Amino acid sequence: MSETKDKLAALAADVESALARRRSRSAAAISWIREAALLPVLAVLLIVGAVLNSHFLTVSNITGIGQQISALGVVVVGESLILLIGGMDLSLESTYGLAPMLAAWLLVPVAAFGNGMLLNPYLGIVILLAVGAAVGLVNGLLIVKGRLNGFIVTLGMTILLAGIQDGIVKGQAPFNLPTAFGYLGAANVGAIPLSLIVAAAIFAGTGVFLRYHRLGRAIYAVGGNREAARAAGIKVDQVRIGVYIAGSILAAIGGLMEAGRVSSVAPTQGYGEGIIFSVFAAAVIGGVSLQGGRGNMVGAASGVILLGVVQNILDLENAPNYWIEAIDGGVILFALILARVIGGEASAE
Amino acid sequence: MSEPVIPAVPDHAAAPAAEAAGIHKRFGSTRALQGVDLSLQVGRCLGLVGRNGAGKSTLVSILSGLYPPDAGEVRLDGRPAPSLGDLAAWRGRIATVFQHSMVVPGLTVAENVFLGRPPRRPGIGGLGIVDWRRMREQTRQVMADWGFNVNADTACGNLTVEQRQVVEITRALAAGTRCLLLDEPTAALERGAAQRLFDRIRQLQAQGVAILYISHHLEEVFEICTDVAVLRDGEMVLAAPLGEVTKEDLIAAMVGPKVIHAERPVVSPASRTEPVRAAADGGAHPALAVQNVTFASPGVFLGNVSLTIRGGERVGVTGLRGSGATTLARIVAGAATPDAGQVRLGDRVLRPGDRAGALRAGIGYIPEDRQADGFVPLLGAAENITMTVTDRLARGGFVGPRRREALAAPLARRLSLVSAGLGQPVRELSGGNQQKVTVARALASDPVLIVAITPTRGVDVASKQLLLSELERVTSQTGASLLLATDELDDLVICDRVVVLVRGEIFTEFTDPPFDREALIAATEGLGAR
Repeated sequence: MSETKDKLAALAADVESALARRRSRSAAAISWIREAALLPVLAVLLIVGAVLNSHFLTVSNITGIGQQISALGVVVVGESLILLIGGMDLSLESTYGLAPMLAAWLLVPVAAFGNGMLLNPYLGIVILLAVGAAVGLVNGLLIVKGRLNGFIVTLGMTILLAGIQDGIVKGQAPFNLPTAFGYLGAANVGAIPLSLIVAAAIFAGTGVFLRYHRLGRAIYAVGGNREAARAAGIKVDQVRIGVYIAGSILAAIGGLMEAGRVSSVAPTQGYGEGIIFSVFAAAVIGGVSLQGGRGNMVGAASGVILLGVVQNILDLENAPNYWIEAIDGGVILFALILARVIGGEASAE
Repeated sequence: MSEPVIPAVPDHAAAPAAEAAGIHKRFGSTRALQGVDLSLQVGRCLGLVGRNGAGKSTLVSILSGLYPPDAGEVRLDGRPAPSLGDLAAWRGRIATVFQHSMVVPGLTVAENVFLGRPPRRPGIGGLGIVDWRRMREQTRQVMADWGFNVNADTACGNLTVEQRQVVEITRALAAGTRCLLLDEPTAALERGAAQRLFDRIRQLQAQGVAILYISHHLEEVFEICTDVAVLRDGEMVLAAPLGEVTKEDLIAAMVGPKVIHAERPVVSPASRTEPVRAAADGGAHPALAVQNVTFASPGVFLGNVSLTIRGGERVGVTGLRGSGATTLARIVAGAATPDAGQVRLGDRVLRPGDRAGALRAGIGYIPEDRQADGFVPLLGAAENITMTVTDRLARGGFVGPRRREALAAPLARRLSLVSAGLGQPVRELSGGNQQKVTVARALASDPVLIVAITPTRGVDVASKQLLLSELERVTSQTGASLLLATDELDDLVICDRVVVLVRGEIFTEFTDPPFDREALIAATEGLGAR
């Protein structure tokens, strides 16, 4: 009697599983479409670009785009990690400016607006990374241990850091950076900029880390449901602080790329240019949720590329200077709406 | 917009203030209410009791117009109830004070009393400009009429729990209601405040208000009510003036026919004792010792509780809500930090509130609220199940989906997890399957002690059996001990011993399974021999 009952129950479970599998196959298809949501947009943009300007699809222009977006892209990786744990960091843009500024200031002669210490350029890179780590640590401690609101903490931090960046050089832009310091942003490997290769490697490495490493999975768990992660024995506080540190270090590396590319550090690099808006836009357009726990590096990378291509088309077409920002903003809103339409409910949150 | 602020005896004093007749309500396959009749008389206080899931909250929701009955009728003051969408009309005739405070903390007392219907200034063409002066005056007037004393200008965020409750009662009275439903009003109150609430209830009653008083505490019902009604499995099994029934009658009515453990899980006592005792005697698994644990927060209190669980022993901890049973379990699991006292596993003193440390020491944890603490909804079943063991699973830090699923699959199979593959996000699973994921997550780490809090809540009967017998099987086979905190008495069948907590203290202990339901329920009420 109970055997028949068990068999019936097993049969019912099988049927239910089969139904569930069918439902989930369509769900999987939908989620694939979501991840690839930006590809058709990119394709359209490439066609538009090619039609508008014959120079657009040349190797030199494409690598040029690559070099321009790699610095921003590395910061987007950092911000995406922080968004994934359910946080946000406005100060990445100032870390992106201050870290290379402080290093450059210690490296170049007084005549090039340095302080004359003429430190070894490799030591400069160490200092740059240390600045990133320190900013991330302070942010992380204030937000996680101090239970302060992340938005306000990093807003205050970004203004503070930008002020220091301006203050130490009294508004000047140190130039003549040592070759070793500028190498990452300036060198080419064959026809391809080194910064693009490194940025691509950072994207790929972070993507694999997030997908397969236990800490990467812990990041999704913490962002998806902090209390469940805690109950499962994940050291939630350590993960969150660690991610703030990693994000800031990545921002500093992005800043190093930008400094190398233009061979100087402008007092406006980062905060003065307001790059944080592009950073958030790229991440969110790419499907990284502001609510935490959702998003991946494929999406983040396509968000960055999309913004870069739009910028490049506007540059090539000599868009009227005074209107560039308006067009930029319009494109971001358009991309967001498109991501929502294609990606459905959960996208572009 | 003129409110009847002065307590008035209704014209048709003969008609009940509220009346429900032949109420039926189903939720899916669950019959929540089956032909329930109930009548609230002016100037009387009806106590409504029943165990969890008996249908009390469904009845309250129908009486307060939150959802319609499938069949039957609600009449207020002898007239048919307003249409369902017109909640304002309902609030003028019947109002509920829920367990959880429904005041807006940032607004003043007066604003909360007139929430959603502030008095407006006349004459300026109905522009909807709030008449602050009249709002304050009317609030003061209502408070004065009913003998309440809370400052109308204070922000509600600054009030005590008790004062907030007064604000909610005032809100109901200011809307003209003479019929109040109080849903476990003492749950969040300390004793003194509860006594003052009883005084207020008596006074309201004397002034002609009809009250429905819902409580888990029978002593309270005997103290304050004039009549009592018992719901069991959606049916009204007893309704009588309080003078005509005893506590024993009420408990018998709540429990129902004395069938104990009709559907006992599969493992027979004989097959399970051997490994358990072996582990206990051989000392293979360390004993748990909770020593003088103290904890206090609003609504929960633990006073100097000590408890020992031998290796391999299965101990149930039960009590009413607020008795501290779940808090005790959370403290053992490292999910809550006690104010004082310590938890030891073997000779190891666990760091208070350190969930990761407790996991390393070998404590698996099935949290109470699976939505909040049990799983990460966007991640797959296998990933959620193996979340406690990524350190063991990873090679050089990296974990592939295949290794993950290899570990999760046997657990999923044993618990009959129904999913479209172990990669399916847990969000898409049914409640019962989500709970299985949560249980599997606790078992994945091969714990020496499993702390389970209401592991079968909100789970269908078949899954319930399965989860319980799996907990029983695992503890028998591995010699792990179990601390099972639950208010579902059926869960306790797998326990060797049951400890009953009442108001934060160990009230009594049952050591001889099978346990007597009636005695257990009486003990959770703080009745019966110690």
